[in-house]
Amino acid sequence: MSDARTLKRPGAGLRLGRFRDLTLVPVIIVLLVAGSFVDPVFLTPGNLTNVLQQQSALALVVLAEALILIAGKFDLSLESTVGMAPAVAVMFVIPVSAGGFGLEIPAALAIPLCLLIGAAIGAFNGFLILRFQLSAFVVTLAMLIVVHGLQLGLTGGKSLFALPESFLYLGGAVWLGLPAAIWITGLLFAAGIAALGYFRAGRSLYAIGGNADAAKAAGIRVDRVLWVVFIVGGTLAALAGVLETGRLGGISANQGVGWIFMVFAAAVIGGVSMDGGKGTILGALTGVLVIGLVENILTLKGVPGEWKQLVYGAIILVALMISRLAGGRAQD
Amino acid sequence: MTSTDSAVVEARGITKRFGPTVALDNAGLTIRAGETHALVGRNGAGKSTLVSILTGLQRPDQGEVLFAGRPAPALADRDAWRARVACVYQRSTIIPALTVAENLFINRQTEGRLINWRALRTRAQGVLDQYGVDIDAGSQAGDLSVEQRQLVEIARALSFGARFIILDEPTAQLDGPAISRLFERMRALREQGVTMMFISHHLEEVYEVCQTVTVFRDAKHVITSPVRDLPHDALVAAMTGEAAVAFEARARKVDAKAPVVLAVSGLGLAGRFQDVDLQVRGGEIVGLAGSGSSGKVGLAESLVGLRRPDTGTISVNGTVPRPGDVPSTLKAGLGFVPQDRHHEGFVPLLSIGENATMPIAHKLGRFGTISSSRRRSRAEGMIQQLDIKTTGPDQPVGDLSGGNAQKVVLARALSDDPSALVVINPTAGVDIKAKRALLGSVEDAAARGAGAVLVSDELDDLRICDRVLVMFHGRVTKELPRGWTDSELVAAMEGID
Repeated sequence: MSDARTLKRPGAGLRLGRFRDLTLVPVIIVLLVAGSFVDPVFLTPGNLTNVLQQQSALALVVLAEALILIAGKFDLSLESTVGMAPAVAVMFVIPVSAGGFGLEIPAALAIPLCLLIGAAIGAFNGFLILRFQLSAFVVTLAMLIVVHGLQLGLTGGKSLFALPESFLYLGGAVWLGLPAAIWITGLLFAAGIAALGYFRAGRSLYAIGGNADAAKAAGIRVDRVLWVVFIVGGTLAALAGVLETGRLGGISANQGVGWIFMVFAAAVIGGVSMDGGKGTILGALTGVLVIGLVENILTLKGVPGEWKQLVYGAIILVALMISRLAGGRAQD
Repeated sequence: MTSTDSAVVEARGITKRFGPTVALDNAGLTIRAGETHALVGRNGAGKSTLVSILTGLQRPDQGEVLFAGRPAPALADRDAWRARVACVYQRSTIIPALTVAENLFINRQTEGRLINWRALRTRAQGVLDQYGVDIDAGSQAGDLSVEQRQLVEIARALSFGARFIILDEPTAQLDGPAISRLFERMRALREQGVTMMFISHHLEEVYEVCQTVTVFRDAKHVITSPVRDLPHDALVAAMTGEAAVAFEARARKVDAKAPVVLAVSGLGLAGRFQDVDLQVRGGEIVGLAGSGSSGKVGLAESLVGLRRPDTGTISVNGTVPRPGDVPSTLKAGLGFVPQDRHHEGFVPLLSIGENATMPIAHKLGRFGTISSSRRRSRAEGMIQQLDIKTTGPDQPVGDLSGGNAQKVVLARALSDDPSALVVINPTAGVDIKAKRALLGSVEDAAARGAGAVLVSDELDDLRICDRVLVMFHGRVTKELPRGWTDSELVAAMEGID
């Protein structure tokens, strides 16, 4: 892998750029040290694996949002997809008595159907934003409400518990000693890092987010790429829903609700710019890790639930300030 | 000899409409191999539309484009277009967050599937070296200067193999020395057989680097002529459609006893300028000249409170406003036109009336309210006074052409009848008629007794000044009274005396 080595040191500018992606590494180290003082359990492999598994679903949504943000767009509706896509998909499978539609299609189709629903939501977002030329912020804000509303309406606001075993498998299985969710998320992040680092299609996201007119002039099919990004984003959010469902063993009416704030926080402290064209998938991953570690430390420390939000928000602000100081550039 | 024999590009009978506006009306031009062909015209003459048609970004409603006598490729075939024509657009197409290397090879980073960053960087460095651009391909494009970005764009344009380049107002954002370096480069490219189309608002540049000139006016082709057969006045006449009246700076005499309206002593800002002393009397226009790094813009921005100087004092009308504080400077009686009208000059979505009366909003009503009828009447007066071409005071400034938008910015500066006026590059990117109107308004203000500081990169603008201070490396190095020659001023700006 000589490529990986050159990427690290191809020149002063790019090297600085790489550092900027990793400004959260010191924060992560501080959190690891601080955590080990808080509770001896913290640094055990079991606990750290636990942190990763808990964050894997959120991480997939961060991956989706990072792709969309880098391409210069916005998607708030991802959090609703996390709940709605798996809920509706399993309702095709489970009997009426368990809250289903009564169609009882084969259980093996549930996960593909779930991903398809996610892709369709992304495609519809793309349609409104690209074809109708509407603002991504407003479209996906409306879609956030619509998609969640659809879930509430169809489930009658109830949680779904009697789920097919195959649907729960991915969220609960253990492969080679690690939860399958960690493997899946890890592989998808690796794919994202490779795509955005080494493939033309991936690099075109930076061109589009950085200067869409320039991208067009360079022959990039801007609308098509963006549409694909929205579809991939929706699909990843649906997959996150599958993992979360498997981990918790059921789909509550609130699955995914409120995630989008954490998603944006993770992406932005990880160095992804809200203005598009800047940031990396690796950076976004460090953002997720910071959030996960903070949450874990607060839990171990026994911080009462009512105070968690405050501490949580404050720590995100501090992480932002640290990455701003370390990165040396104004945050967008 | 028919025109197509040696024509690199030919546009025939091009018509393009955008809704009700006709951007090009049966216009065309022919550019022969090896020439540098100027395309000039006032704002809205159709130059930019022709550029986007010639580069395959837009399809003409009627007419055709031929490259070397053959029909242009299909619009979707970007590679075919780029092999025929390259363009350095007016708006930078460099993506700041990416490296220079990636910008050079954007969307063609690799032949295969995986991008090999080391090979990409080597290839990019090769392209830069080939065109003599001294930039590290690994550096971040956002760290480059405007001039360097432009060089990267030119190198990128040529690297597609095109032998015909369009340069759309390349000099608009460059300072004097950078423009001369650009021209040297253009001459060298021409010697290598590269054909160029050059767009500029500065007619002297046309005479300096072009062999042929085509004039567009009101979406139509007016004339194509060898540059040497078309004297300056005739060129201006072709552009404006009326006999040229050379811009005559008005003869003015500054009353030596007029009060000092703007006084500066010992002013300094680290890294920008030092030890500047300056006194402007009422009725006087003082020019500030210098290269891009001379500190002239920094000085002007300190005068108006946009920057806070480290040392020295500024007094406006005898009072000393708080340093680095725009509102208190305005209150002391100073009006200003900022360097970048798009960033600091106006709010594009707000109406002309609202933009122009922003500093005097408190005078248009009581207790924080604004009377819209009073605002309207004030704005109508300004529109008339500055000859702003608009449908009325309610039109958003964002819809106006560059020259008219700049007039709104000047109207705002003049709205409170300031006793001191600071004007930074007022004529950047505006056409010749608007230029005259803008400079005329500054002279009007001086005639009303205001003292003005005019910062400009354009020598012609500075002719209205009673004296010109030349800055070099942050210091005022020379003072030239009215009647200076171009070479005198340029020599002082370059620091060669």
